[in-house]
Amino acid sequence: MSGTRLSGVGVSPGRASGPVVRVAEPLPEPPATPAPADQAAEAARIRPAAELVAERLRERAAAADGEARAVLETTAAMAADPALIAQSEQLVAARALPAARAVHEAAAGFATALEAAGGYLAERVRDVHDVRDRLVAELLGLTPPGVPELTGPSVLVARDLAPADTAGLDPAKVLALVTEEGGPTSHTAILARALGIPAVVACRGLLALDAVDGLVVDGEAGTVEVVAGPVAVLAATAGDEPTWSGEGRTSDGRRVKLLANVGSAEDAAAGAAAGAEGVGLFRTEFCYLSATAEPSVAAQRVAYAEVLAPFAGRPVVVRTLDAGADKPLAFLNTEVEPNPALGVRGLRLSRAAVGVLDRQLEAVAAAAEDSGADVSVMAPMVSTAEEAAWFADRARAAGVARVGVMIEVPAAALSAREVLAAVDFVSLGTNDLAQYVFAADRQVGGVAELNDPWQPALLRLVALVGAAATELGRPMGVCGEAAADPALACVLVGLGATSLSMNAAALPRVGARLAATSLDQCQDAARAATAAGDRGTARTAVRAVLG
Amino acid sequence: MPERRVVVASKVGLHARPAAMLARTAAEQSVKVTIRKEGGQPVEAASVLGLMTLGAMHGDEVVLTAEGEGAETALEAVAALIATDLDAS
Repeated sequence: MSGTRLSGVGVSPGRASGPVVRVAEPLPEPPATPAPADQAAEAARIRPAAELVAERLRERAAAADGEARAVLETTAAMAADPALIAQSEQLVAARALPAARAVHEAAAGFATALEAAGGYLAERVRDVHDVRDRLVAELLGLTPPGVPELTGPSVLVARDLAPADTAGLDPAKVLALVTEEGGPTSHTAILARALGIPAVVACRGLLALDAVDGLVVDGEAGTVEVVAGPVAVLAATAGDEPTWSGEGRTSDGRRVKLLANVGSAEDAAAGAAAGAEGVGLFRTEFCYLSATAEPSVAAQRVAYAEVLAPFAGRPVVVRTLDAGADKPLAFLNTEVEPNPALGVRGLRLSRAAVGVLDRQLEAVAAAAEDSGADVSVMAPMVSTAEEAAWFADRARAAGVARVGVMIEVPAAALSAREVLAAVDFVSLGTNDLAQYVFAADRQVGGVAELNDPWQPALLRLVALVGAAATELGRPMGVCGEAAADPALACVLVGLGATSLSMNAAALPRVGARLAATSLDQCQDAARAATAAGDRGTARTAVRAVLG
Repeated sequence: MPERRVVVASKVGLHARPAAMLARTAAEQSVKVTIRKEGGQPVEAASVLGLMTLGAMHGDEVVLTAEGEGAETALEAVAALIATDLDAS
């Protein structure tokens, strides 16, 4: 087995090696038979198991801090929930179910009630399932699903990672992430970049390997090598966290604003602390997601101003509500669509619910004044120049001086010149643009290779927009995950990007790489990448140019 | 039966962390406290899952009930917590 090499999609650069820890697979549904011989004894197993699971979660909570601690404490409270225990015990008695099955069904009752309560509760349903699985595993004597407690530095191997799996993870002990499924925009990829550790996703054949001692992970090449016997622990960062001046520039002085993507006040604070020059993508959905009714202008104004506050005097691009059938909002009454990615979402939904957009624009304009940030707005899911012009009129009427649109639909990229003529700037959402160019669902691991931002066809489309932006003298930003990859960031600059917006954690690496690269090199890299026949060749060719 | 009406102060409503804190306090009381929205089904206040299914949002009024020795004290403790913005701490 040693020497076996697998390849997937590298989504976070760096090289690391170490012992493997496998994230346990989801549990099968516990069977309803055989009926327990002694129902009272069977029912009596539930409470101690629940208390044991809750105690373990509390121990993990005590060792964690911040958000992770709060998540674990809440999960612990759910595990020992008196109503869940009482209902499970009753199910054993009333229907002669095995304890594990009874817990499974009692939890399903709560999950259904939460689902019925409204859109934002989807995440909580996940928490209920997580607790259920821990209890069922305890009752059946199986390994609970999710990330086991790490005793030392490890390479995590999983089918895919969900936010709940990684909430309590100790970042200091994770050397690299490798998943069989997932894509460049999956939670795994985002987490790895936030932690600054290498990651390879869509690594087919990974889970079929058995008894792997160690792995060497190359997050740039997207390869994984199996090592037999003891494997040297090698951390990718190894103290070489690059420094940058805090001002994005190529080595020969071309300015490229380096901005943060934020979706909450916490993100904004983290972005400012990481030295972001501003915000290239402020996702406003957070303000709406937990609401059953549309938030008032006053409430939105306060919420936005909190996010804008750390960036007083600096540029912030606010994206208007990006909702639709895949991100339903209770008060917008969205219909179920067969293809939500192609349905009434983003700006299309705003045009159907103009009042919601107008009230949001009013709140954004007011919050901009409150905070002193230099605010622009942009619309998501724009397909035509006519849509762009419609949005620009509305935003300007609401008092927002600078207006742009996202380029994430291929039609908008192909009409870049006309779209740019209608607005002040564009911002490329490479994640959705890739999904639409390749007709490949972002959330499906089986098509992850197509969603790789190194695909030359995607980069050629970016080049088209870049050429139009350069010719018209309008700024072109990039706010997709592609901007967080230092080598790809250079390619994007070569293609005409004037700002790059990313997860705050990626800023130092991108800033340092750019500072060491001339605009000529960026343009050479861009030519090499767009001329390549496939994504692998594109990577290799760019590496050769950038050195 | 002793009853108390109180408006939810937590911005995120009674779910996640505020629900966990409330459930813990309710579980510490000597009597069982139930909570409901006007016209809704009561749930056990000590059950974090029950609290979440209640779907009580910021600004909603909820009705607390308890019975027996110590009911007033229990209602007082639970009501005070609901009237606090638990997510701010």
